[in-house]
Amino acid sequence: MKKVTMGNHAAAYGAKLARAEVVAAYPITPQTQTVEKISEMVARGEMKAEFIKVESEHSAMAACIGASAAGARAFTATSSHGLALMHEMLHWAGGARLPIVMTNVNRAMGPGWNIWSEQSDSLAQRDTGWMQIYCESNQEVLDTVIQSFKISEKVLLPTMICLDGFILSHTYEVVDIPDQDAVDAFLPRYEAEYKLDVNDPKTFSAMNSPEWYYEMRYQMHAAMEEAKSVIIEVNEEFHQHFGREYSLVDDYRCDGAKTIMIACGAIASTAKDVIDSLRDAGESVGLISVRVFRPFPEEEIRSIAANARQVGVIDRNISFGHEGVFFTESKAALYNTPNPPRMCGFIAGLGGRDVTPSDIEEMIHLTASGQADEVTWFKLKKADEAVAK
Amino acid sequence: MADEKIKFRHLGDLPPMTVSSGTMMVNKTGGWRSVRPVIDTEKCTSCMICWKFCPEACIVVKDGPVIDLDYCKGCGICAEECPVGAITLVEEGK
Repeated sequence: MKKVTMGNHAAAYGAKLARAEVVAAYPITPQTQTVEKISEMVARGEMKAEFIKVESEHSAMAACIGASAAGARAFTATSSHGLALMHEMLHWAGGARLPIVMTNVNRAMGPGWNIWSEQSDSLAQRDTGWMQIYCESNQEVLDTVIQSFKISEKVLLPTMICLDGFILSHTYEVVDIPDQDAVDAFLPRYEAEYKLDVNDPKTFSAMNSPEWYYEMRYQMHAAMEEAKSVIIEVNEEFHQHFGREYSLVDDYRCDGAKTIMIACGAIASTAKDVIDSLRDAGESVGLISVRVFRPFPEEEIRSIAANARQVGVIDRNISFGHEGVFFTESKAALYNTPNPPRMCGFIAGLGGRDVTPSDIEEMIHLTASGQADEVTWFKLKKADEAVAK
Repeated sequence: MADEKIKFRHLGDLPPMTVSSGTMMVNKTGGWRSVRPVIDTEKCTSCMICWKFCPEACIVVKDGPVIDLDYCKGCGICAEECPVGAITLVEEGK
């Protein structure tokens, strides 16, 4: 059934259709409508879940951990400061190998207090053992929530689904909401192999000394690498059931492109239109949209971009004292190739500053020129007034 | 493929996560203590305040309080809280 839906509600419908059994959540702009919609649906009896109103995001994740450890399908949603507040618990969910699914609406970190789109919040959590998937549309958000339960429950690692604050979370788009029966046929109930069970008592996540901790961490890493093939298989199944498909990265017109841009989320979505206009004008350009960031799609980026001559990466985030995260990781992926392209990075869109098609066109031309600085803070105000003190 | 429950590489017979069969009762934390509480039954009034305060639930009720030395870590809270001073802490190994 097609419905004009905001990104936050698409996430909520995804959780409902996936039959999430426990939702422990705390509100934060710009994700609040996700948990409001879930609480409404639970209150009306449309969604059979335990909705736990907790006092903070740290508690939200702790409650999800408890629920998931007992074998329930757990879901929550957060953003920026809320995500930061649950940081310790994110490590716990990963290390305890719990298939929790969470949507994180990408929002800048304060101070200064900024509620608009930036990816620094989720990227700061990249080492917690959570898989990370970045969505470009509200349809993708709903579909990815459903898919992620299946993927997480197979590899036993949690998944964080990211969507741009306001640009996706609050913008209404047409979303095809599948029937419950159709989703049930694709996603069976969660049957936990390892769980808290009074009839078979086990102790989870207790001490682990230098003797075996290393092997446990290797298993987490190996599971996440394995997840690449699971993501592809689950996607193929999803395509058969629902007619829509997604990939680790989106290769957008990169075939034979001399200049390739790498971007993620809403910026990537806008960039596709720019690539189309430039291609129509005869320019040799393409785009890689990174959808799955963890596990990192190294082979895919290599096989698509290794023969380009210039690669420009647009980062809606910054690692202070260094560069954008996608730039660092893409550069590393392309380093050990026989004839690596010249690469440059752009910082843009921080704090929700709009990144327009003409901005992207400028970044593409700068990249293609081969003359761009290694890192450019794009359209920084008062840049020419920078004073050394 | 669709019905395979677990799909990840793992090392030999290691479980995917840190897990111990059974409970932590096997872990006798009594071995951690350097002082041991001793109850003077003459002074003890069986008020059970020590039992209420013990953070490890290591005091059992058996005609008055009895310390479970398998798990008592010697924190000394029972001695601190006893209103009649019936509990003294004695160094282990003496």
